[in-house]
Amino acid sequence: MAKQDIIKEIKEKLGKKIVKWEEKPPKRYYITIARDDILEAANFVFKKQKARFITESGVDTPLSIEILYHFSFDGLSKIVTLKVLLPKDGCEVESIASLIPGASWIEREVAELLGVKFLNHPDPRRLLLAEDWPEGEFPLRQKIRENQ
Amino acid sequence: MNRKTIIPIGPYHPLQEEPEFFELEVEGEKVIDINVHIGYNHRSIEKIAESKTFDQMVFLVERICGICSTSHPIANCNAVEDLAGIEIPERAKYIRSIVGELERIHSHLLWAGLAGHFIGYNTLWMWIWKYREPILEIFEAITGNRNHYAMMIPGGVRRDIKEEDIPFLLKGMDEAERKIEMVTKAALDDPVLAARLKGIGVLSREDAINYCALGPVARASGVAIDVRKDDPYAAYDLVDWQVITREEGDVFAKTVVRLLECFESIKIIRQCLEKLRTVKGEIAVKVKEIPPGEGIGRHEAPRGEVFHYVRSDGSNRPVRLKVRAPTYENLPTCKATVPGESIADAAIILAGIDPCYCCTERIVTINKRTGQRELNGQDLLRLSRKKTEKICKNMGRRNV
Repeated sequence: MAKQDIIKEIKEKLGKKIVKWEEKPPKRYYITIARDDILEAANFVFKKQKARFITESGVDTPLSIEILYHFSFDGLSKIVTLKVLLPKDGCEVESIASLIPGASWIEREVAELLGVKFLNHPDPRRLLLAEDWPEGEFPLRQKIRENQ
Repeated sequence: MNRKTIIPIGPYHPLQEEPEFFELEVEGEKVIDINVHIGYNHRSIEKIAESKTFDQMVFLVERICGICSTSHPIANCNAVEDLAGIEIPERAKYIRSIVGELERIHSHLLWAGLAGHFIGYNTLWMWIWKYREPILEIFEAITGNRNHYAMMIPGGVRRDIKEEDIPFLLKGMDEAERKIEMVTKAALDDPVLAARLKGIGVLSREDAINYCALGPVARASGVAIDVRKDDPYAAYDLVDWQVITREEGDVFAKTVVRLLECFESIKIIRQCLEKLRTVKGEIAVKVKEIPPGEGIGRHEAPRGEVFHYVRSDGSNRPVRLKVRAPTYENLPTCKATVPGESIADAAIILAGIDPCYCCTERIVTINKRTGQRELNGQDLLRLSRKKTEKICKNMGRRNV
């Protein structure tokens, strides 16, 4: 597949669903979409375009919690990142772990470290934190200081 | 009543150098399900990184792993350079590739030795580790350290490789190649290894893709992914080398991929060393300010792709660092490979993905009578300096 096609295809497929498009051609593309569209977009990129899922990054910003889904187009030197912004009250997003088994662990990690609820996750247990870690304390949130 | 028999492996177990807990659900000798618990070693490095400057962050991420200790710094520097749009000098590219490939050789040999140990073949273990030692000495000669080389910095590398050392390094590569070739031939023809490893723990191509497997695990299942080819950085697009793949997906295929990759690494190092003779100049560019934005950096570590995501708000510290090590994606593949196999094979299948653990402690001598450590930190420092001096003397130069 020609190099430009991948990006053009995503643009055509997502169309009006794209909230914001940031790019650093030729290698990096950051596409912000609404949270309800993530399953459809991930399905398209992973199943149709055969991209490799790298990981998810959760970032706590002053306005919202951002979840970044990084996909690699191996051989084309490109990483396409799908971004969803979640409001701090009601931090919920549909899980993509049933679609991509490789996303199961990272969603469990983001859930416990950033306090994001992944709906319909096949295995929503804790991954890293101890059993006796208090409920509702999320260590990667900005208000938690390092010495706490 | 539903009764299950669970065989626990871990969190502390002689087979594992690092704490992780496998629950094997068994029926007789056969494993029917596996459950993995991790988190015993969580050090919150991503959180600590938020309080470090960009230069300090490289040293912090170097501490993530003792075996692939240059993988995280390379990925991290790639991420910061992607964020700030920095192009590193050509000479630095070759040095980065040399350090990265030396690490791959020592790491693959370490794994091959441990794999021998896990199936009770200790001769192979001792033999391979003996040949791994000279690689660590080469490391000590060019970086000053056996592990945690502290060579990378955003904008380039911290130490140059001297012209007069190149013949010594080339000679080291020749010797390493000869020995690894001998071990590879012996290991791949060995009927014991074939009987224990062939057809065991097969990871199908579909599963490798769905579980997003990386590195030699994916390449042994016929998925030809390698960041060095797919998204070239450092000097990997300036030299000639091949991606090794196998179709079988069993533990034997993973062994073959790793051993053959050592030869590709030697090939890369040789070409880079030759280039260093002609490509002169700076080894790092000065990085003044990191602008606000986000950057992604990757490196093909011995175990697969290491991924770093860095976000900056324009200050001297990152707002967020996300690290994804290859074992994070490779370990869950045990759900696909272990069930259906026997308990005895579970250990080598789990080891087959080369889970990453630290092995940086060099020596501890304990007096049996008093129970005290004979050597303290200062003694170790003194001994390590003495050894470095000895290596330098053998190379015929005064200081590193």
